[in-house]
Amino acid sequence: MSQGAGEHRTAGDRVENGTPLLDIRDLVVHHGQLRALSGISLRVYPGEVYAIIGANGAGKSTLLRTIAGLHHPTDGSIVYDGRNVTGMRPEKRATAGIVMVPEGRRLFPSLTLEENLKVGATYARKGPWTIPQVYDLFPWMKERRDQRTAQMSGGEQQSVAIGRALVANPRMLMLDELSLGLAPVIVQRIYGMLPQILASGVTVLLVEQDVSQALRVATHLQCLLEGNTTLEGRPSDVTAAQVEAAYFGMGSVAREVHADPGEGGEA
Amino acid sequence: MAWVNAVIQGILTGGLYALFACGLSLMFGVMKVVNLAHGDLATVAGYIGVGVIAATHMPFLWSVPVVVLAMAVLGYVLQRSMIQAAISRGELITLIVTFGLSIVIENGLLQFFSADTRGIGVGSSLISASFSIGSQIQIAWLDVVIFGLAVVVLLGLQFFLSASKYGRLIRAVADDREAAQLSGADYRHVFGIAAAVAFGTVALAGISYGMTTVIAPTTGTDTILLFAFAAVVIGGLGSLWGTLIGGIVLGVAQQIGAQINISYELLAGYVVFLAVLVIRPQGLTARRSES
Amino acid sequence: MTDATARSGKNLKVTRSRRNVAWTGIGTVIVVAVLFVFPFYISSGTLGIMVQALVVLTLASMWNLLAGYAGLVSVGQQAFFGLGAYFILIPAMHGLSPFASLPIAAIAAGVAAFPLWWLLSRLRTGYFAIATWVMASAIALLIEQIQSIGGGTGMPLPGLTGWDPAVLTAYTYWAALAVAVLAIGTVYFLLRSRIGLVLTAIRDDERAARSSGVKVGIARMLVFVVAAAGCGAAGGVLAIDLLQVVPTTSGGVFSVQWTAIMAFAAIIGGLGTIEGPIVGTAVYMVLQQTLQSHNAWYLIILGLVAIGVALFARRGLWGLLDEKFNIRLFPVGYYLWAPGETRRWRRNGSAGAGRPAKADASS
Repeated sequence: MSQGAGEHRTAGDRVENGTPLLDIRDLVVHHGQLRALSGISLRVYPGEVYAIIGANGAGKSTLLRTIAGLHHPTDGSIVYDGRNVTGMRPEKRATAGIVMVPEGRRLFPSLTLEENLKVGATYARKGPWTIPQVYDLFPWMKERRDQRTAQMSGGEQQSVAIGRALVANPRMLMLDELSLGLAPVIVQRIYGMLPQILASGVTVLLVEQDVSQALRVATHLQCLLEGNTTLEGRPSDVTAAQVEAAYFGMGSVAREVHADPGEGGEA
Repeated sequence: MAWVNAVIQGILTGGLYALFACGLSLMFGVMKVVNLAHGDLATVAGYIGVGVIAATHMPFLWSVPVVVLAMAVLGYVLQRSMIQAAISRGELITLIVTFGLSIVIENGLLQFFSADTRGIGVGSSLISASFSIGSQIQIAWLDVVIFGLAVVVLLGLQFFLSASKYGRLIRAVADDREAAQLSGADYRHVFGIAAAVAFGTVALAGISYGMTTVIAPTTGTDTILLFAFAAVVIGGLGSLWGTLIGGIVLGVAQQIGAQINISYELLAGYVVFLAVLVIRPQGLTARRSES
Repeated sequence: MTDATARSGKNLKVTRSRRNVAWTGIGTVIVVAVLFVFPFYISSGTLGIMVQALVVLTLASMWNLLAGYAGLVSVGQQAFFGLGAYFILIPAMHGLSPFASLPIAAIAAGVAAFPLWWLLSRLRTGYFAIATWVMASAIALLIEQIQSIGGGTGMPLPGLTGWDPAVLTAYTYWAALAVAVLAIGTVYFLLRSRIGLVLTAIRDDERAARSSGVKVGIARMLVFVVAAAGCGAAGGVLAIDLLQVVPTTSGGVFSVQWTAIMAFAAIIGGLGTIEGPIVGTAVYMVLQQTLQSHNAWYLIILGLVAIGVALFARRGLWGLLDEKFNIRLFPVGYYLWAPGETRRWRRNGSAGAGRPAKADASS
């Protein structure tokens, strides 16, 4: 368990930004009788790309859904931007800035591309992202704005889903399994948008089954296994072997990773 | 000849049925609720109209928007409270609650208005005026007006759903409630709007019905609910214009039945309805569209 | 029960209830016997009320079976209720004693249910409900066309004119009692049988029941037919009680008010419990007697209470009683006992020994 990891964390970036944008403590979530998350904690700081990895059933999507408000935790707390949002309705969280791109895209099938974006923009916060901005990010969308999204390819749908989330001007964008069902080339192209998204002041929390992809984009990562955290730290500080062990649960001891004290000054 | 008259009459009546049906279709398409009290709501609208005119002596035409607005508000309130509570408890409970509502409304009307029938006195020449085509065909102006009203309402609904903010939200919530929530939409509020629109259309339908014939406390379930539902099923669930087609099929079937034997009018409708349920439950125009 | 014992699965006893069922059976016999002798001690007026109550009890039990166990919300049961009445009338017009025709009415109504089930079975819940309403209206309409049995105005019931009124009331009462006892008995034994397990599975989680290969279709058809027969028998009793059969004009046998009454009684008493209809019928009778049945108020109040119960007390009045006092008159569940556990039970809502197994069939 990585309960104590926070205290030992170094990473200059993180300390600078003092208060985490998202502070989750000891989250316990059940699916009926089944316990999906057993006391998960994590902190996401502004500007980060926080990746949660793990095998199927590890609880990653459950975690994101609970943060989004679609699922009620049995125990634990979710504090966003200093406010306790644990009991807040999902739509209120979205208007507060927590916007999720759900697993499987979940576009509105009977709506056109532009209508999907418009729905995302209906209750948007003030910010740089508008529908024209999204069209700048994804130029192909402009000609196909009146097409039904059901006929589009997986990668295109994924882009629309991201666009729909962006026009809401999130502070924290959550991406659930972006790579699912998509060709690696497409996945890379989509993740290639991240820098532009980050540049607009958005923090990203993502769930990924594709570990190498996650390692490529993340500034911080956490590995889940059967509802528990088995690894946490910066990509640069973990070895492939450690990730593998954490992912599959091999080895008797779940490892934490903390940077050497000599690396950069810690509080 | 008489048959042509019957068919034309049936088509025009179909407009009225479509007016009844579109609200039902909307509520089912968006909230997956089969509102067993739907017919009774139309009756209530009729009675409100009668009451409003009697109390304020306002001209009939003015009372229409008043009744429609009142019913729309009632729809929003009822949806946010009772119906939402029922939805979250499952389909069985929803049916029970709407059935209970239907019985309460009917008996409430019986209690306060007695079992006598009422008509909405239009007071103008609309009711009995008719025109002729050739020497054999007679068409009542009122029926044409109501058919026209139905078309206008359907057009309005289509425009509302396709081009307005709430129309879009309604379609989105109907498609995927959770995804809509993730986009910041409170689906309970959107459901409320949909219910308000549905109740508004059923109010128009009730008033129109009251103009063509008389209404009684049990008219809601005796006739209206079945016709509305039949029109929806025949025309295909999820299709707004399908309710017009369904209404027309139902109306024509009834008029043809009546030609054969006057007491077969209702029965013909039942037969068509049950036949469609058996043969093709999706209805005659099963396509995925706005509602 | 320790994990070890549970895992080993050995030495575990499975019984039908937490205490001796025998005394419940004896209790039932006593109650029925007492009810049986009522006509010798109770006035005709009260007996008349009891007949109504027994009819409603039968109907409520049937509606409970349909909605509470098979998930079928039928708002057209008045079709079978009415058919039952007419299946008493028609033989009576040809000389057969109405009392003797009661079994005929029940069976005929049950048989009529088969083709109707074929029409209705594929329909989803909401469609099913409306279709039952259409079906009932259509049947009523058809019957009203037949002038020889009264057409739209109805007909008096022949064959009982020579009877002494008090004796007639007594025999009507016994018929009503027999029908009610048979109805509840059928429900009880049905639920204890293999079909009962299927039904309880459906009641608890229909999708799971279907996907586990359980014969959902057959169970529901059986329930539909039994409910039709029960309603038919009740309709026959009503015909005898009123000495006339009227199709639709207020309170007629094909009136939807009957479905409203049976549904509300079942709901208020508690759907999905056998005892529920008994409680619900009692509530109905109290309301009806105090508000005098020619007023529409009792139905309004009944409806509002039913809505309230459906929303806030899903398991009805009996469910509330059951939770507080942990009683069960008609045990249909199973209890799991670990070795060494005795039959003591504590009165705080949790059985001291013999915890109900997860698949407790009665709730």
